[in-house]
Amino acid sequence: MRPEEGVLTSRSRAIGAVLELLTNELVVVCNGFPSREAYALRDRPENFYMIGSMGIASAIGLGVALAQPSRKVVVLDGDGNVLMGMGTLATVGALKPKNFIHIVYDNEVYGSTGNQPTISQSVRLEQVAKAAGYRNVERVRELDDLVYEARTMLKQDGPSFLLVKVSELAEDVGRVEIEPAAMTRRFREAATGGKTS
Amino acid sequence: MPIPSKDFVSLLQEVGFDFFTGVPDSTLGGVIATLIERRAYIPAVREDEAVGMAAGAYMGGKVPVVLMQNSGLGTSLNALISLNLIYLQPCLLLISWRGHDGNDAPEHLVMGQVMTQQLDLVRIPHRTLAADSVREDVGWAAQVFMKQRVPAALLIKKGVLS
Repeated sequence: MRPEEGVLTSRSRAIGAVLELLTNELVVVCNGFPSREAYALRDRPENFYMIGSMGIASAIGLGVALAQPSRKVVVLDGDGNVLMGMGTLATVGALKPKNFIHIVYDNEVYGSTGNQPTISQSVRLEQVAKAAGYRNVERVRELDDLVYEARTMLKQDGPSFLLVKVSELAEDVGRVEIEPAAMTRRFREAATGGKTS
Repeated sequence: MPIPSKDFVSLLQEVGFDFFTGVPDSTLGGVIATLIERRAYIPAVREDEAVGMAAGAYMGGKVPVVLMQNSGLGTSLNALISLNLIYLQPCLLLISWRGHDGNDAPEHLVMGQVMTQQLDLVRIPHRTLAADSVREDVGWAAQVFMKQRVPAALLIKKGVLS
């Protein structure tokens, strides 16, 4: 707990609030609890859930965004993941894909392995994103602000970066029940409209 | 006779590869220069990032290629085995084989010696690109891509491409 910050929104609520805003956007969710929570809250063919390969959710999302420039791509990421693959902030900042929206749920811990602290309490990830060249950068704590900023970013040209401070609470949710290869096929079809070989 | 990098890139594009990312190596310099000239190269900052981008591009309908020095194979191993091999996300890996004959800078010697064993161990199919069988080698990689939906590695020694 971080009492000096008051009561923070849970990540699950904050993920749910974003998922509710979506129509046909393609979503890549990082490994660990974020994927499990998103799957439990609102599964859809346009969602891709990572189970391993920590650190590269944003790289996967960037690849989708570059391959499908007419579709909006939303990456639901965590502070541990961003810190691990921080170089990708630079790649996004340099390439500036307009259709790329990076939402980072920052609970300042590695939640899926037992809440060991990350270093995001002292490193302002949104400032790193700003310096790297993301076009729109915001940091929010309240659910209302999250909804407002996410809605705005879904309409704006990106790349956009939204840091959402959330609590350490992880919902008691099961694993993602979709077999990985089936998920690839499902997401690929959703991304391409089935027009692939 | 080495294969001109321009011809090699043209062959890859003919076969259908249409998304190129990676981290450079001197052995792949000509290939990357050609790709940049054709506005077809997306530079990555780490090899596992390149593998991730390629996986995303594949799901977005592209046929991706990742270029790297073999040191990058170490960096990207977790992405390859816990993303590509689990989710069946194929790509062509163009890996320069530094240190293959034990005659390279010290940092390349161990990887140069163990690279093929490492690929075998994680079950990534691989072939060494040869000047007299380029078409066949690329065709083999495309077959692995289409049929097995896993990464296929073409190993490139110095002097095979010009």
